[in-house]
Amino acid sequence: MLGSTRAEITKLVRRPASWLLLAVAVVLSLTFTYLVPYAGANGAADGAPNATRGVAETLPEHLVGNSIGGLPVFAGAILLILGVLAVGGEYGWGTWKTLLAQGPSRLTVYGAKIAAVALASLAVVLALFATGAVTSAAIAAAEGAPADWPSFVDLAAGIGAGWLMAAMWAGLGVVLAVALRGVALPIGLGLVWLMAVQNLLSAIAAPLLDWVAKLQEWLPGPNAGSLAASLGTSPDTPGVATLVGDGHAVAVLAGYLILFVGVGGLLLRRRDIL
Amino acid sequence: MFPVETRELTKRYGQLVAVDRVSLTVRPGEVYGFLGPNGAGKTTTLRMLLGLVRPSSGTVRLFGEDVGQSLGDVGALIEGPAFYPYLSGRDNLRVLARYAGCPAGRVGVVLDLVDLTDRAGDRYGTYSLGMKQRLGVAAALLKDPKLLILDEPTNGLDPAGMADMRRLIRRLGAAGKTVLLSSHMLGEVQQICDRVGVVSGGRLIAESTVAELRGGARLRVVADPIQDAAARVRALVGQDRVRVEDGALELDIEAGKAAWINAELVGAGIDVSELGVRERELEDVFLELTHVG
Repeated sequence: MLGSTRAEITKLVRRPASWLLLAVAVVLSLTFTYLVPYAGANGAADGAPNATRGVAETLPEHLVGNSIGGLPVFAGAILLILGVLAVGGEYGWGTWKTLLAQGPSRLTVYGAKIAAVALASLAVVLALFATGAVTSAAIAAAEGAPADWPSFVDLAAGIGAGWLMAAMWAGLGVVLAVALRGVALPIGLGLVWLMAVQNLLSAIAAPLLDWVAKLQEWLPGPNAGSLAASLGTSPDTPGVATLVGDGHAVAVLAGYLILFVGVGGLLLRRRDIL
Repeated sequence: MFPVETRELTKRYGQLVAVDRVSLTVRPGEVYGFLGPNGAGKTTTLRMLLGLVRPSSGTVRLFGEDVGQSLGDVGALIEGPAFYPYLSGRDNLRVLARYAGCPAGRVGVVLDLVDLTDRAGDRYGTYSLGMKQRLGVAAALLKDPKLLILDEPTNGLDPAGMADMRRLIRRLGAAGKTVLLSSHMLGEVQQICDRVGVVSGGRLIAESTVAELRGGARLRVVADPIQDAAARVRALVGQDRVRVEDGALELDIEAGKAAWINAELVGAGIDVSELGVRERELEDVFLELTHVG
């Protein structure tokens, strides 16, 4: 299992698409969390998203909320793509047979992939925190504002919550890739759910229909948004709103993570590799 | 304990029976040719041997064990090579070596075996089809397996590459490895295989040594008048051992009787203009068995 996990990590690390996804996640996060609000506060980005947040929201004391704020939607979408690529690529290239002919069981390979994707998810979250810390420190220095950093406990809780959200979305990508045996359709359907359906449900259906509003409390996106909100993410951030408590959100997200990984493993184990 | 033993192996996809009660046995140390037209069920059978496709019924045993427990002694190249295009050939093999749990030093050994060391640092995506095929064989050899399953290993190779591959397979066979070779190149199979199995319509319709399958040599006689010659020879050797094909007699008798047949025909006033031994090629047998052509 250790050798298989090392092999999976090598494949992810050496794959240019992994680095591109990380770069996109960091650039988007920095742009909409720090640069646009900072430019808005200086009158250079009027009307842009988050332009009215103000400089205070970009300072180090808000590092936790700012770093995980993208995970309910856009950074979540990037993690979903990462999960699809890690597993769906084997279908696209026809490499399942090459791997399995070397002797490891399907579940060994799957377990190795899950471990590698989980580590990659943590790496993305840590990169968001690290680049956010550097950027917020630079803004504090530029503005002459105090650099009050979050406590270690808050930081650990934020990283843990971010990892849970990231891994859950990556898990959705994994199960879609296994179920649909490919890359393009799982990414397309996953993004439609994450970027469109979730928004339609929360913005249009939930205010009109009670059962949809109730359903929101059990869907992954709103729970990720609630968890981010409970850790300080601004409610102006897309997908972030307090619908449920943090304990409920953690339980639901963990449940989805287990469900996605479990269903993916079951499907992979039972079906023929064509 | 046979390297490969299937019993009544069957795979159905809905109403379609892709593999129909195939029972084949590959013996230790032999090079076994697995033949059949496109869509006959060869690759599905090979996939079942590796556990990639689950049988609808029947059993597969490799070295006497169920598939899941015995792939450690098996190397395979199934339905063309497939690797990660962004990694080099060498790094692809390194990744696979980690899955296989074999020492990294094997990577260099197998690259040498397939003559790919010079290009091993290049990205797989830049390889020609022949180089991809050789990397596929290298991957199959990584674990130094006792049983090698090769599905069309010479696809995409130029004539020199095909000759190299034949030599490699022969060498592996001579080194005591068992090779299960699926190929459309019947001349190649005839040259390097000890036994063959022929599948058609999902069923194993023949399994025998190459020599047995090709049968004995036939005597070919061109004579005039041909009908008189046919009647005379039928009277001598029996009705069912004589056929008239393309204006010549095909006699299913030992080649050593050629002089006797010649003397008999000449003695009967029949002109004999050609007398020779004709050996059946494996391709002829294959086409007869599978009703193609």
